Amino acid sequence: MIAEFGLAALWFAAALAALQLIAGSLALTSRGAGFAGIVRPVAVVQGLLALTSFAALITLFMRTDLSVKLVAMNSHSAKPLIYKFAGTWGNHEGSMLLWVAVMGLAGGFVALVERRLREETLLATLAGQAFVSLGFYVFLLLASNPFERLPQPVAEGQGLNPLLQDLGLAFHPPTLYLGYVGLSIAFSFAIGALVTREVGPAFARAMRPWVLGAWIFLTLGITAGSFWAYYELGWGGWWFWDPVENASLMPWLAATALLHSCSVLASRNALRAWTVMLGVVAFSMSMVGTFLVRSGILTSVHAFAVDPRRGSFILALLAIYIGGALTLFALRASTVTEGERFSPTSREAGLVFNNVMLSAILGIVLIGTLYPLVTEAFGEKVSVGPPYFNPMAALFVIPMLLVMTAGPLLRWRRDSLRRIAPALAIPALIVGAALLALTVYAPLKLLPLLGMALAAGLAVASFLPLRGRNLRRTPLPVFGMVVAHFGIAVALFGVACDSMFSVERLLAARVGETTQVGPWTIRLAAVEPVAGPNWTALEAQLRAQYKDNAPILAAPQSRTFWAPPQTTSESALVTRWNGQLYTVLGEAADDGRWQLRLWWKPFVPMIWYGGVLIALGGVLALIGRVWADLKRIIARDKIAYRRARQGR
Amino acid sequence: MRRLLVIVLLIFAAPLGAQDLLPPAPYANRQLDNPALEAKAQALMETLRCLKCQSQSIADSDAPMAGDMRSQVRQRIAAGQDPEAIRGWLVERYGDYVTYAPRMSALTWPLFAAPLGLLALAAVLLRRRFKRVGSA
Repeated sequence: MIAEFGLAALWFAAALAALQLIAGSLALTSRGAGFAGIVRPVAVVQGLLALTSFAALITLFMRTDLSVKLVAMNSHSAKPLIYKFAGTWGNHEGSMLLWVAVMGLAGGFVALVERRLREETLLATLAGQAFVSLGFYVFLLLASNPFERLPQPVAEGQGLNPLLQDLGLAFHPPTLYLGYVGLSIAFSFAIGALVTREVGPAFARAMRPWVLGAWIFLTLGITAGSFWAYYELGWGGWWFWDPVENASLMPWLAATALLHSCSVLASRNALRAWTVMLGVVAFSMSMVGTFLVRSGILTSVHAFAVDPRRGSFILALLAIYIGGALTLFALRASTVTEGERFSPTSREAGLVFNNVMLSAILGIVLIGTLYPLVTEAFGEKVSVGPPYFNPMAALFVIPMLLVMTAGPLLRWRRDSLRRIAPALAIPALIVGAALLALTVYAPLKLLPLLGMALAAGLAVASFLPLRGRNLRRTPLPVFGMVVAHFGIAVALFGVACDSMFSVERLLAARVGETTQVGPWTIRLAAVEPVAGPNWTALEAQLRAQYKDNAPILAAPQSRTFWAPPQTTSESALVTRWNGQLYTVLGEAADDGRWQLRLWWKPFVPMIWYGGVLIALGGVLALIGRVWADLKRIIARDKIAYRRARQGR
Repeated sequence: MRRLLVIVLLIFAAPLGAQDLLPPAPYANRQLDNPALEAKAQALMETLRCLKCQSQSIADSDAPMAGDMRSQVRQRIAAGQDPEAIRGWLVERYGDYVTYAPRMSALTWPLFAAPLGLLALAAVLLRRRFKRVGSA
């Protein structure tokens, strides 16, 4: 019953999306003005129906209803409750349903609260949003129905991939999806503004919170994903330029550029066409990412959906949305002027420079990710990995970081470098000193070396915009910028330290044997069997002693899941302020020795602290913006109220 | 007769058993004693693709074949071979797919032309932008 109910809700939601699209489009014509009134309510109900449908699927998973194909394929009655819940979106159909549910809710929310734009622009936006949603509804209903029943209920489900039975991963995909959906709303705003030719500060202000929100979720999603890869895959790497990682990075790069150009448009009424273009690109990258991950075109550590039919469907959607948006852009390009001018040394110029750099990095990642697919289509397999991406991206990242230190100090419109030079002397000195110290004391590796020096300079420079300000009167978004830029410096520092100072130790140890890795002394005290709800494991008891401190217990496991049968190695981490000890238990050798992999990774957690700081900066900015909007609305209502009273 | 049967069985069983029962190659999970050489081997292993798994380097893979390749790399490095020569040897055996560092060839030149193109495009975009302002 619940499955049929969920499916019905999904069909109704799709029908309402169609209605929203038709009514919204008609309302823009001179004769269809009568339809304007129903668009907002329809958008809200559509969102609620999509949510209902998703709630139905969650219920099926929580109850492990094995007559439903999706549950039987991906769940198991003995799975811990939290993973039954999270397993709802740990598969293709469920994750697409989550996507449409969030997209519907976001559209409904826009319909409820957005009052800053001209009504026609909002109607066009909602029509655009319905158009995007409709494609996904059709995709779900025709090509990936999550509620399909089995002719015969099975006795037991097949279980969830053990790698995915992990809290980090349970919440990693929905976080990314929230980001993608936020970008789809930004895309709809761009379409709406193009249709009614209202590309200006009001449009930028309406779009900005969505871009910010999307960007926060993408940042958190990427951070969580990279941490998951780090501790769950058991090889101590945190980023491998894997196509699926790139798929999440590309929308983030575009969103970062969009965020900054959106600010320029909102406060300076410049960069109009560029901002609209980025709005289209950012959502396109989300779709490309979805296509890469969901189509199974890649064979990578993350790809757990393999079905070419779906891939072509997503590709068709991608072509329709992006092709349509670009056509609209081309038609309207002549009417969208670039807006206000500015001098080459101004805050706008700095932002434009970094926008171009971000776009270039995006280009590199896109080409490097897609190129192997292209050659494979012609029968030649090549691999593109870190040795390509690292230097190529650095080509653009380094100038970007340099401009990032100076940009926030510049004034809008026109400024001179001489004015900010004294302030910049401090970070410049720090970069110089850091470079000097590092070339003397460290083994010479060019990129990490540059990264570390730039991180040190940027860390200081990121706080310079606060200099000479009254901190209590400083707007929250300025703090947001400071925190986010500082977060970039922190993450960069972690990255550079990891590639410069990590120490690895591989050994086959007998119980009782002691070894050294970096400053740690590690003794294999015992290897014991342990059992969990749906796995059994061998657990190594490692007594890890940092220099002369008291020993700490680290217990890496080699886990064997029985539904589905698979072995995973669960690393054990010991975190100190200055780094992390990473331990993995490998296989047993014939002579009673155990394979151990140990790493000492100085300052590696900085990568994720940095990621969290970047997201926190976004949150501060978002709160500041929304708060300012609220105050403006309240003030306007007060004035309207007074006028009404005086008029009476 | 029985002895013959045993021998025949052993002959057929040997290749089967060899797959799993052979101990892993000597340097699959063992580091070289010289830290400088080990670092050199590690740097190379991180840029070689495990052919049996999805998107992992041989340094990160648990697959037996990756272990064999690690052992090969370590032994050849220890014997004083140049890392790029070892890479070349592996590419010769397994094709371009095995190296994460794409080599310039008729097949891969667009990968290297792209950054140059992007640099040029970025320069043009920025120049046009700022020139227009200058003349305004």
